[in-house]
Amino acid sequence: MSKELLQTPLYDLHVEFGARMVEFAGWEMPVQFAGITKEHNHTRTACSVFDVSHMGRLRLTGDDCEAFLNRICTRNLTDAEVGRSYYSHVCRADGGILDDVIVSRFEESWGIVCNASNREKITSWIDEHRKGRDVELVDETRSTAMIACQGPKTLELAQELTGSDMSSLKRYRFSVREVGPMSIVTYRCGYTGEDGFEVVIPAGLAPVLVPRLLGSKDQPHAVIKPAGLGARDTLRIEAAMPLYGHELSEEVDSLTAGQSWCVDLNKDFIGADAMRKLNDGGLSRRLVGLELDGRRIARQHAGVYRASRTVGKVSSGTLSPTLGTSIAMAFVNADDAAEGTTMEVEVGSKRTAAKVVGLPFYKRGASR
Amino acid sequence: MTVPTDRRYAETHEWFLIDGDVVTMGITQYAADELTDITYVELPEVGTRLGMGDTIGEVESVKATSEVFSAIAGSIVEVNAALIDHPEMINDDAFEDGWIVKIKADSKDPLSSLITAAEYESHIANNPS
Repeated sequence: MSKELLQTPLYDLHVEFGARMVEFAGWEMPVQFAGITKEHNHTRTACSVFDVSHMGRLRLTGDDCEAFLNRICTRNLTDAEVGRSYYSHVCRADGGILDDVIVSRFEESWGIVCNASNREKITSWIDEHRKGRDVELVDETRSTAMIACQGPKTLELAQELTGSDMSSLKRYRFSVREVGPMSIVTYRCGYTGEDGFEVVIPAGLAPVLVPRLLGSKDQPHAVIKPAGLGARDTLRIEAAMPLYGHELSEEVDSLTAGQSWCVDLNKDFIGADAMRKLNDGGLSRRLVGLELDGRRIARQHAGVYRASRTVGKVSSGTLSPTLGTSIAMAFVNADDAAEGTTMEVEVGSKRTAAKVVGLPFYKRGASR
Repeated sequence: MTVPTDRRYAETHEWFLIDGDVVTMGITQYAADELTDITYVELPEVGTRLGMGDTIGEVESVKATSEVFSAIAGSIVEVNAALIDHPEMINDDAFEDGWIVKIKADSKDPLSSLITAAEYESHIANNPS
């Protein structure tokens, strides 16, 4: 590791709770505590706390923010409501995805949460494109911490712990609570397929507040448990949520990545012309779900075949703890993307039978 | 982490325990922890001939796939078939229940060139992942 790794304000707490720390996007992050499968199942049945402080948190102020964000984001943010968050992509002129972000409309400002791996890229992109506009940018990543509380018991636990009923806060809405000069922002968002919150707090407060949720190593909370990036990945794959570097990259556009719902082709934004052209001509590739025979896991870049033809490549794969089957997402030729199509996927040195299934693999409150 | 001193190790994170002329082998707890949750173990067939350094199979986890190497020459006399349905046994107890294969060694003193528990401990301390 050549560069000094960044640590989140919760580093010591992770170590106390026995985390295995790994390098991720320049940060030293917990990959697991009790074990990936255990943490996964706990999130699906109870409540897990994830440290996601490595993600970029940017603050934009100025009169031109709305117009500027509408120009760099695929999502239509005209008349965005105060207190709402909007999932969007930021793309190059050719449609290649630079990052996927969550844009939140505050009363006096806008917030952007971006991927840790893309923070510098997105900061430079914003700097380059805000020239001549009234848009100021502050990077609040290091001055704040961000934790995700996810799982079906999260809401009742939040009420127990804070005394406030958070169920009125709808999905993709957030609330701001001022504590002296500091603010705590609670978003009804997540990246696991479960209900829950993502909370942004001042960095100095994190080592004080998070132990109130988790307890201590000797006296851990009975229900709320820490979870690492390993479980976060298996959870998001089951929920078919895209991950930058896997389903999303500069080599793919938002439509091909199956995220057309966050693209408004009727507005002007960087990448709009390229995506309109793609949309008119028809997509050549599509992102599909695959269910594989057996327990072996298809890795990113593994080949997908029909008879002797190569029809695509795997973007993410795992052994689904919830379903007990090997699942993957893959980009395949549009002609081979129909549900039920049988394929073969490269697993190690062999090929394993697979079929195209609908996404997501897992939906909360219902099983396929 | 405690590394049992009753056996020898390879720098590629396998352990070898000799009993008569049969050597039981598996991967170390360190290796199992590094892999995270193991989801699949590819086992060789009984009777398979092994040269020194040959692959006996693969161990696959949520995060990665890793080959398992035999540091001794011989032939496979038994495989831990319980791992087929319960690969997580390696995570739970890599040094005992999580053994992978038993090998009838060709030579009389097959472990002599392998490193000791203390040497293995300093190897993992000096080569963090």
